[in-house]
Amino acid sequence: MKRAMSWLAPFAARPIALVGLALLVVVLLAAFFAPWMAPFDPQEMDPIIRLSPPDAVHWFGTDQFGRDTLSRVIYSSRMALLVGVGVVVFAMLTGVPIGVFSALFPRVGHVLMRMVDVLMAFPSLLLALGLIVILGPSVANSIIAVGAGFLTTTTRIVYGLTLRLKSETYVEAARSMGSRTGWLITRHILPNLVSPLLVQASFVFAFAQLAAASLDFLGLGAPPTIPSWGNMLAESRQFITRASWLLFFPGMMIVLTAFALNLVGDSLRDRLDPRFRDMLGGEA
Amino acid sequence: MWSYVLTRVAAMLVTLFFASIIIFGFIHAIPGDPIYVLLGDMATPEQAEKLRESLGLNQPIIVQYLQWAGRAVTGDLGRSIFYQAPVLSAIADGAETSILLASITMTWVLLIGVPIGMIAAMRHGTWLDQGLSGAAMLLASVPTFWVGLYLILIFAAWLGWLPSSGYPSIFEEGGLANLRYLLLPSLTLAAPNAALILRLTRASMLDVSREDYVRTARAKGIRPWRVVTRHIFRNALLAVVSAFGFTFAALLSEAVVTETVFALPGIGRLVVQSILNRDYPVIQGITLVVVVIYLVINLLVDISYRLLDPRVELQ
Repeated sequence: MKRAMSWLAPFAARPIALVGLALLVVVLLAAFFAPWMAPFDPQEMDPIIRLSPPDAVHWFGTDQFGRDTLSRVIYSSRMALLVGVGVVVFAMLTGVPIGVFSALFPRVGHVLMRMVDVLMAFPSLLLALGLIVILGPSVANSIIAVGAGFLTTTTRIVYGLTLRLKSETYVEAARSMGSRTGWLITRHILPNLVSPLLVQASFVFAFAQLAAASLDFLGLGAPPTIPSWGNMLAESRQFITRASWLLFFPGMMIVLTAFALNLVGDSLRDRLDPRFRDMLGGEA
Repeated sequence: MWSYVLTRVAAMLVTLFFASIIIFGFIHAIPGDPIYVLLGDMATPEQAEKLRESLGLNQPIIVQYLQWAGRAVTGDLGRSIFYQAPVLSAIADGAETSILLASITMTWVLLIGVPIGMIAAMRHGTWLDQGLSGAAMLLASVPTFWVGLYLILIFAAWLGWLPSSGYPSIFEEGGLANLRYLLLPSLTLAAPNAALILRLTRASMLDVSREDYVRTARAKGIRPWRVVTRHIFRNALLAVVSAFGFTFAALLSEAVVTETVFALPGIGRLVVQSILNRDYPVIQGITLVVVVIYLVINLLVDISYRLLDPRVELQ
């Protein structure tokens, strides 16, 4: 219990951050318990009630096929979670090894970091679109395409942090005592990267939501058969004047999710060791 | 100073060289024969053979790259499959819209982001500051196309004040009044970027106000407003200038979506249409042009940063 309380401590100081945390819990619950929470089957069509505004039965109204918007919004949180976690995992699995390695072995590291610089010369959405053209549109590929943009920022941050850690006295002491590199990495570097990377992860998660929604909106993300907030918005486009609820609810979910993650990331960053804080942009 | 500029230009050219290899490799990375990627699936074998010959695709890959890069330097970015025209002219057709959209957006971003960021910093810790910072974070969490669709719904569909889509050139009938077509798109594009600049201005003002020279200025009895404008703001602006390149990249990305929402005949929508049309030479050409512009802007930012702050010693 005490452990749980200390974990909540960064949020207790800022009540609004607790709101962010609560919003995330709601999205998580919706994703895991969608079949129990959704009042209708998200794919079930009913032409008679197509484009009907919110009422007591269909709280969020229905779409052009008479599908229940609330149920589709709830099921879409699964895609949001999948894409968010996927992009974070992709960025971490690539960024952490490349960044740590480059900092510890400067010879190869310089070359690797130059390559990261080259990738950074491509605006993120253009990079994602290029990858989608090569790989083809699918859920997995939009995770890779969006993740590629965050690979560079994550690598940069890990590289900078590791360089700093490398010059810390205790790391130098461990080195002079003859610790092997593997030991240095697992005992001294990685544990110190955990909290800054947690901050980075929440920002990456937030911006991945926006990037994935853009891909869906352009018709180059998740297939239209899969309900996602971005796909729902793309479909709503033709009907916005007649059925503005189709525009409101999925968009609001994206905004609230990204906002919640940004709030959480911000609060975690404020609790971070000041030496690391300036390395995390947050908005990147 | 000149040696610094030369070093930076050299570094930029190296980055551009590697980026161009990636862009060149793009056509080859697409599954299928690059000839049919370039010509489209409808090409006859004779056409394919002719192009293979003229592009030298039967030659070693390094020779191919050098020929492609050589043509690109002279402005020949290949031919569009869909438009049956040089890629460069397709890009030039969209340039007016995109350049105007970017300029108007940047004006909004600076006019909104910088002053409000200053106010938030000067009222640091008050409810006003918390409200403004919170609003900025909320705005940065909104998908651009969603803002765009809402602006269309409110100002075009409900109120009927502004056009919802398209953009006739200012050189055509209507003249400068045609700029009203860009009002909603530029506000859409400005929203998240103004929020970022606001947060950046605020953070940077707060950082600078903790500096010793600010305390000295205050202790000397300089009027508070003058301390803010002359001592804090001028130095805080450096961070905003250095973020210009980053903002520009974000703007380019979001322009792709915004131009699609508002059906603007710009380069961003050209990218999306070229992907849907499988018009790969156009995607390749636009990517090259965008990367060059982005690198040049970053170079100018670095140089101006150095000019603005003589203390900065970069390698």
